[in-house]
Amino acid sequence: MNALTNDLAILLPELILAVSGLVLLLWGALRGDKDAGTVSFLAVVAMAVAAYVMLAGDETATAFHGAFVVDGFARFAKVLILLGSALTLVITPAYAERAKLAHFEFPVLVLFATLGMMLMVSAASFIALYMGLELQSLSLYVLASFNRDSVKSNEAGLKYFVLGALSSGMLLYGISLIYGFTGSTEFLAVAHVIKTGGISIGLIFGLVFLIAGLVFKISAVPFHMWTPDVYEGAPTPVTAFFAMAPKVAAMTLLLRALLSSFPDAIHQWQQVIILISGLSMVLGAFAAIGQTNIKRLMAYSSIGHMGFALLGLAAGTAMGVKGVLIYMAIYLVTNAGVWVVVMAMARDGQSVESISDLAGLSRTRPGLAFAMAALMISLAGIPPLAGFWAKFYVFVAAIEAHLYTLSVIGVLSSVVGAYYYWRIVKVMYFDDPAPAFDAGLAKLPGLVLAGASLFTIFFIVGGAPLIAAAGHAAATLVP
Amino acid sequence: MSNLPILSIITFLPLVGVLFILITRGKEETVAATARWVAMITTLVDFGLSLYLWSKFDGTTAAFQFVERSEWLGGGIVYHMGVDGISMLFVVLTAGLMPFCIMASWKSVQKRVAEYMIAFLLLETLMIGVFCALDLLLFYVFFEGGLIPMFLIIGVWGGPRRVYASFKFFLYTLLGSVLMLLAVMAMYLQAGTTDITVLLHTHFSVAMQFWLWLAFFASFAVKLPMWPVHTWLPDAHVEAPTAGSVILAGILLKMGGYGFLRFSLPMFASASETFAPLIFALSVVAVIYTSLVALAQEDAKKLIAYSSVAHMGFVTMGIFSLTQQGVDGGVFQMLSHGVVSAALFLCIGVIYDRMHTREIKAYGGLVERMPLYAACFMVFTLANVGLPGTSGFVGEFLSMLGAFQVNTWVAILAATGVILSAAYMLYLYRQVVFGKLVKPSLQAIQDLSLREVAILAPLVIITILMGVYPKPVFDVTSVSVANLIQEHKTALAMSQTPELAALTAEGGVR
Repeated sequence: MNALTNDLAILLPELILAVSGLVLLLWGALRGDKDAGTVSFLAVVAMAVAAYVMLAGDETATAFHGAFVVDGFARFAKVLILLGSALTLVITPAYAERAKLAHFEFPVLVLFATLGMMLMVSAASFIALYMGLELQSLSLYVLASFNRDSVKSNEAGLKYFVLGALSSGMLLYGISLIYGFTGSTEFLAVAHVIKTGGISIGLIFGLVFLIAGLVFKISAVPFHMWTPDVYEGAPTPVTAFFAMAPKVAAMTLLLRALLSSFPDAIHQWQQVIILISGLSMVLGAFAAIGQTNIKRLMAYSSIGHMGFALLGLAAGTAMGVKGVLIYMAIYLVTNAGVWVVVMAMARDGQSVESISDLAGLSRTRPGLAFAMAALMISLAGIPPLAGFWAKFYVFVAAIEAHLYTLSVIGVLSSVVGAYYYWRIVKVMYFDDPAPAFDAGLAKLPGLVLAGASLFTIFFIVGGAPLIAAAGHAAATLVP
Repeated sequence: MSNLPILSIITFLPLVGVLFILITRGKEETVAATARWVAMITTLVDFGLSLYLWSKFDGTTAAFQFVERSEWLGGGIVYHMGVDGISMLFVVLTAGLMPFCIMASWKSVQKRVAEYMIAFLLLETLMIGVFCALDLLLFYVFFEGGLIPMFLIIGVWGGPRRVYASFKFFLYTLLGSVLMLLAVMAMYLQAGTTDITVLLHTHFSVAMQFWLWLAFFASFAVKLPMWPVHTWLPDAHVEAPTAGSVILAGILLKMGGYGFLRFSLPMFASASETFAPLIFALSVVAVIYTSLVALAQEDAKKLIAYSSVAHMGFVTMGIFSLTQQGVDGGVFQMLSHGVVSAALFLCIGVIYDRMHTREIKAYGGLVERMPLYAACFMVFTLANVGLPGTSGFVGEFLSMLGAFQVNTWVAILAATGVILSAAYMLYLYRQVVFGKLVKPSLQAIQDLSLREVAILAPLVIITILMGVYPKPVFDVTSVSVANLIQEHKTALAMSQTPELAALTAEGGVR
């Protein structure tokens, strides 16, 4: 009994999210869509409370016989996840009103997805990993087809579901192989078996299937096919959500799964990650050049960025983990700003998504254009903006691990990538103005946009605490 | 007084101007007028401060002066600023050229004036930062960050092919720089810090130096630019507004040469020695080939752009001769070219503002209507040729003297470049200024206005002063240059000691 209370105390932030998710679902069911705003607000409050409770402690704790672990690494990732989810809910309402999508289910689904992600990053056994992942994925499938009257949205949801189910299948197959060859589903037990008994061919098969299943979730090449279609088809707030929290969750999950259960098989999985990382960087850079739709462009951009983040994992060191964490934090905040801008792209009450719609934005909406330019340049990784530091730390890790060829491929594709980010700057600043967008940003999205762009600009001055925090978090995963 | 962070003040003062412009509200004309005046005053004050810095500078020591150091991002990455004899005058040059740029844009830039001034002030901060930074990463941030405002300056206020030119400029320079970034990281990992003062005394293995040198070379060669990666420069120059060309030619190109001096020579001594023949070859090709290309130009700005590439060839040749005269000459040539090429672009800007064409054939006989202009233009033309008595002579002479001690053939071939430069510059001057004023469009052309005299007259004085009495410049630079060469020799001796080299090779690149 005592052990159970102890376990539940460790799980308190997740419990808060679960209970508030259920309560809000009932609330919405009873009161209907007119309370969507309240439900959304309360969901954000629940996330804030969960974050507060979580940050009260700072020691490493495990629950449920080691299936669930809370350490500095998990806390760092969870803060990012909660931030990403909360920002999604904050920037959505104005768009949802316009697109007639203001249903109470949206915040509830986001809340459940967030719960799933929290479980993912704390998972220390493959069963817990799978449960968290599925809770998240099922919520995301529904979210992708949230605009049920739109064929595109339904297509996106269906596509995501079918491919997602396939990847889950691969993941499960991999897990079963790992279980079969090591006799355990616990990360640490698997690591122990490999340390003492070496790695067998069957285990390598399991490892590869595991990686394939997880890499699907972060949309890295060659498991990226769904991303552009889902990004384009899903309603923009949902796309924004996809671009932020789930990416962080899946990436950190991948880090933990590989680094804590396969530390002695690094030579086996490193090759795979190097390949995935390199391909993602290159494809993300080249495929985005031809895009005309901003959401598709951001989809390819996310593929490329995941490739860069994977550089840190490919290094497989504490410095690499630190780099990935910094990368994901900066990527998340930058994306929050970008999606505010994308949601603000509307004429006569209709959303527009074409890059050419941004033409001359610096003349019609100078503030919006400036913020967007800062975010794009940051994504391109040009100093002094935040995106440069994100890249800096993963590349340092890669160089430290002697991954010279991969690093050179990486920087070269970042030059190619810079072209399409700068093309957006060019469209906004050099081209003749297109008809102006509908006036005004709502207050909250405006604040998020201002915050995100100030973050990217002033990271160079005040980034040290984030870098230090990422360093501490990484040290708990890779001692 | 010594506690005041004067370098940071000089570097970041323009940002205060940016802030002022940003908070200005009102009608477009008032905002534009305010922006002009704020930019003018900010750059003048900054120039004043840099002159004050020069007056306080102690030329008898090679140590870094006005040093500031504080924690920055942690992990050995520090905020470290300071100047020595090599960087000191570049700070003055940068701060000195900015007011001219603002003045030159006073009338010719009429659209989006506030943004224009913001871009220039931002650029000033980043450029001065490059020369003051004593942390490698800080240097890189300033070095790369300068691309952002320059891209916008070319792209927003440039000529008809501005989009092409701005992207070409941007992608070329970025491509070079990212390779340097990887080298910066490798150095950071070996030394545990990016502090330049520490890195100067860190020994890198010969094999590692080889790659580091190449990576830095990729960046600086594009920036300088050296043949064959110079092709972005003519496009950028032609499309950029006058003030943009001034900054490009006057300062941005010098960052490459400065980089060679600050990093390649002292830090990668043995690689510099290995690659010196390559540099000589490229320099000679640059001097001769681009001079010939300049001869064939029909666009005045393009002609000067190619002449810039040729003159930078003298700089690299002088620097890599690794003699006191050669390096001194290289530094002097950079400073002189900073003034002279800037002035030449301003001269082209003067007639471009009147006629809106840069075609050489569109002019002729300007001396009849514009005697004052003809006189100023002549001084700069001759300075660019390297006539004794102008600043151009001192730099070219010394760098050739340096090269002569190392390799006679290099010096001889480079000397032909002087003749060629006379050919194309005099051709330009004759076509534009002399001859009969027959073209009807030129009949009503006005001579220099008071504003333009205020721009060109100081530059004329500086050009002649530097040519006749270069001592103040060498007073600042020579001790640091001597020290640089000494450090280079020491580092070279270290990597040539076999047992030491064997020892360090193990810890070097795998």
